[in-house]
Amino acid sequence: MGTLPEPFAGWFAARGWTPRPHQLALLAAAEAGESALLVAPTGGGKTLAGFLPSLIDLHRAPRPGLHTLYVSPLKALAVDIARNLTAPVAGMGLPVRIETRTGDTPPNRRARQRADPPHLLLTTPESLTLLLTLPEARALFGGLAAVAVDEVHALAGTKRGDQLALCLSRLGTLAPQARRIGLSATVAHPEPLRAFLSPTGRAAEVRLIEARGGAAPEISLLLPEGELPWGGHMGLASAPEIYRRIRAARVTIVFVNTRAQAELIFQALWRLNDETLPIALHHGSLTVEQRRKVEAAMAAGKLRAVVATSSLDLGIDWGAVDQVIQVGAPKGVARLLQRVGRANHRMEEPSRAVLVPASRFEVIECVAALRAIAAGELDGDPPRPGGLDVLAQHVLAMACHGPFHPDELYAEVTRAAPYAGLSRRDFDDVLRFVEDGGYALRAYERFRRLFRDAEGRIHLRSQRAARQLRMNLGTIVEAPVLKVRLRGGPVLGEVEEWFVSTLSPGDGFLFAGQALRFEGLEGLTCLVSRGAGGEPRVPVYAGARMPLSTRLAARVREIIHDPRRWRALPAAVREWLALQRRCSALPEPDGLLVETFPRGGRWFLVAYCFEGRLAHQTLGMLLTRRMERMGYGPLGYLATDYVLAAWSAFEPEAVEALFEEDLLGEDLEEWMAESSMLRRTFRNIATIAGLIDKRHPGAERSGRQMSMSADLIYDVLRRHEPDHVLLRATRQEAAAGLTDVARIARLLARARGRIRHLRLDRVSPLAVPALIEHGQEWVAGGAEDALLAEAAALVAEATEGAELFAGTLAAVTGRVRLRPGVVDRPRRPRAEQAGGARLLRPAPRRIGRS
Amino acid sequence: MSAAPLHLAGERLMLDPSGALFWPARRLLAVADLHLEKGSHFAARGGRFVPPYDTRETLARLAPLLRRYRPARLVALGDSFHDAEGHARLAPADAALLRRLLEGVEVVWVLGNHDPAAPGDLPGRAAAEWQEGPVAFRHIGGGATPEVSGHFHPRATAPTRCGGVTRPCFVADARRVLLPAFGAYAGGLDVGDPAIAALFPRGARLFLLGRERLYSLPAPAPRRAAAGATGTAPR
Repeated sequence: MGTLPEPFAGWFAARGWTPRPHQLALLAAAEAGESALLVAPTGGGKTLAGFLPSLIDLHRAPRPGLHTLYVSPLKALAVDIARNLTAPVAGMGLPVRIETRTGDTPPNRRARQRADPPHLLLTTPESLTLLLTLPEARALFGGLAAVAVDEVHALAGTKRGDQLALCLSRLGTLAPQARRIGLSATVAHPEPLRAFLSPTGRAAEVRLIEARGGAAPEISLLLPEGELPWGGHMGLASAPEIYRRIRAARVTIVFVNTRAQAELIFQALWRLNDETLPIALHHGSLTVEQRRKVEAAMAAGKLRAVVATSSLDLGIDWGAVDQVIQVGAPKGVARLLQRVGRANHRMEEPSRAVLVPASRFEVIECVAALRAIAAGELDGDPPRPGGLDVLAQHVLAMACHGPFHPDELYAEVTRAAPYAGLSRRDFDDVLRFVEDGGYALRAYERFRRLFRDAEGRIHLRSQRAARQLRMNLGTIVEAPVLKVRLRGGPVLGEVEEWFVSTLSPGDGFLFAGQALRFEGLEGLTCLVSRGAGGEPRVPVYAGARMPLSTRLAARVREIIHDPRRWRALPAAVREWLALQRRCSALPEPDGLLVETFPRGGRWFLVAYCFEGRLAHQTLGMLLTRRMERMGYGPLGYLATDYVLAAWSAFEPEAVEALFEEDLLGEDLEEWMAESSMLRRTFRNIATIAGLIDKRHPGAERSGRQMSMSADLIYDVLRRHEPDHVLLRATRQEAAAGLTDVARIARLLARARGRIRHLRLDRVSPLAVPALIEHGQEWVAGGAEDALLAEAAALVAEATEGAELFAGTLAAVTGRVRLRPGVVDRPRRPRAEQAGGARLLRPAPRRIGRS
Repeated sequence: MSAAPLHLAGERLMLDPSGALFWPARRLLAVADLHLEKGSHFAARGGRFVPPYDTRETLARLAPLLRRYRPARLVALGDSFHDAEGHARLAPADAALLRRLLEGVEVVWVLGNHDPAAPGDLPGRAAAEWQEGPVAFRHIGGGATPEVSGHFHPRATAPTRCGGVTRPCFVADARRVLLPAFGAYAGGLDVGDPAIAALFPRGARLFLLGRERLYSLPAPAPRRAAAGATGTAPR
């Protein structure tokens, strides 16, 4: 029965449980005073393992004050775990008080926590940052014995992770004795996670404990009975089969990839739900109360199924789930396994899951993912350096806590793994940015937020900066959203503003599981009524794209290249590939297939490179630059794992020349600086660094204004101070989304002389999936002006130079419809989401017939 | 860069792709909504240190216009400074540049809602509005006589075969011309917004700013717009 002391041993035994080896290993690490990372599959009893040493310690030596700090990426998870811990703590009669502190904690409880902290405090990275800005942070955290970070795989490598790493480093200064515990799902590379947790930034100081994997998951493929759709990600054709599976199981989670898909699948299931099984909906745009209700119903066993997005990816343990259905391609092996692990939260039994590909291409992706799982292959991104924008927020937060010396703060910051390589110059520039903007033109010296005393210590000048920081804290920059409210009724949730701007009063759309009719705008609220005629649209959320993993590409390529492997595919997919061979050609292993075809007023160029998204992203920049030079008027491009698709105003004819190797010699810097990718990156960085205010619901300042001024600021700063620290941060971050040009050079060298260019009159079967993918990038060339000239000439021709305001004109130009609302960006195609989205990703209108 | 002619009250006015208006017969150049020192306004009032180069940028746009058109009179159509104290925050170099640019030009600072008083001791005179022959120059349009105005920062989205293209624009009918904002940090308002549409009850012509020229498109009469578009959008 291992080495658990009483009353813990007895408590385990009373439940017929045996401590798991990794729980004991974590205990041993704690008793040796060592930090540790526990990597275990979902359902491995990780959370209990993380708290067990603290509970035992507090049982042996009861003491007042904060003993263990637990940080979770989700508020709900912190609350859930506090609840789950209360039972054993009460059952064993332990002298332990457990509380949570999140954005929802009422002010009186916060004040009490500051005066009389609990033994175990469960919180989020944002709330931890706020706690560290308090003047009494030193007293609060000084006696800390342990810091536990849950779901560390979901935090490390993100900006929230950067923020948390900086906070951990500060805790290391305040409480050097506190050991650290990281809890992670199965990942491909545990080393960066160990470094992330380490008090020195070095992985070696954190013990690695890996739980043996449980039984291998049982994953099957489910195809619709009728025809397998050509493209699309929604999977609606499979709704009857999904419903049958739900009926046959006790509790099912239906995971989907986007909120729009969640709405559609939910609708489709309810249309079939003759037995009115309790099926609920859960996604990040619904109101908190709504989500809580679903979570509570789930925990109470009142639901048969919940249709969910990644809002349910993490943590919360419902035990009873006995089936997971993943609709749409999983997009990454590690994520798929984590989702699958939500079924049957017990390691000994295999998790059962069903993969439901939405289209022919997704079948190939799913087959590739199953092979990767069988081969034990996981994916994951390598660590990247911490963001300077997050550092700027942290520096201001630390100044709010109290005066600091820059040398000491620099040393502390570089003990956090993401900032281990931070140069003193970058640190000093960030400090100056926080102080007065850090511009070479010292225009704002008299408005400084910080001042230095005689000993070189840095103080906050006024409390205004502290208030601003608290308002803008956090590293998540959301797309501007509007509340959706039923006329005379409750708020249902939020949709992105650009989507609303494409609606006319009377238009129908699906949201929160209901068909709604758009009535109009009232301030920042989108007023709706129930019931919509016609075919409702579905809000698409540009802000919440599921990133693609980059490992599946090679397996997909192998399957497509080799007809002998097609045997593993269903007949419909084999036919689809055969059709591609007839209509165009199959990409071959030793060549580069490039298709061009007209569509929707533009010319598309699709190159089947199979080099992964990052390489394609870089190639997209290079290729569109060359297209601009050659006068094709490029408008944008999209990089998937498999292909690069670019579109232009004019036909790209000399395709071979476009892919010549000397492509690399083009002056790219200016071109990239103008791109949507860099602008978007700058907008986020400027918000996180505190240059522009984050948007607050109900505030007068709308997100539109924020995005507009970020663009104007970017243009002015680029022209007048190109080496400013925020521009350096922008370039650094954008570079992480690209690959090195050397790899592109090898690709081009390989393709030389082997480019097979096919000029088609329409989109090819294999190109369809790429054209409906998320993540289009826009480029700013001369095409816009050419198109405007065309439009102006057309109007002039149609009116034959008639007097400007003649009545006939209105008839001719009825289509020249002006849209208030989608207008926010100068010198670029209208509303990069809206315009492109409508053309390339029409909202499915025929949900009833699928 | 080629300017486009426009007839107002029998006079020939030139619309410049930079967003300025030139009246050759009177050698008058008009620009709207410079919003100088908007950057330092944020730093002084909001504690937000946006790049302090907006004034320099705006003046750099103004300089070539003054060189090309050599106007006798420059009419700044209000909101020339982002706030009433803006002129006092001009960096010495920017103030010197501004004075140099304005040498030999008679300047009229039409007062706007952002800058309701004369800009300190800068050269030129301040006026609530300026009448030049048959044409009135004012900050906010809406008069009964021919007028040139600013204030609204108009911009529009033109549909093309590859989707919409959004640009700042002039808005004009037989009675009035609305100028786009000239300032580097000045945002925009869609011409379909009722605030702008109300000025043009019988429809208008839009002149979208391009790299080298203007692109002329008709705007539908407001009633049509109201039927097709979404009504009031949040700004």
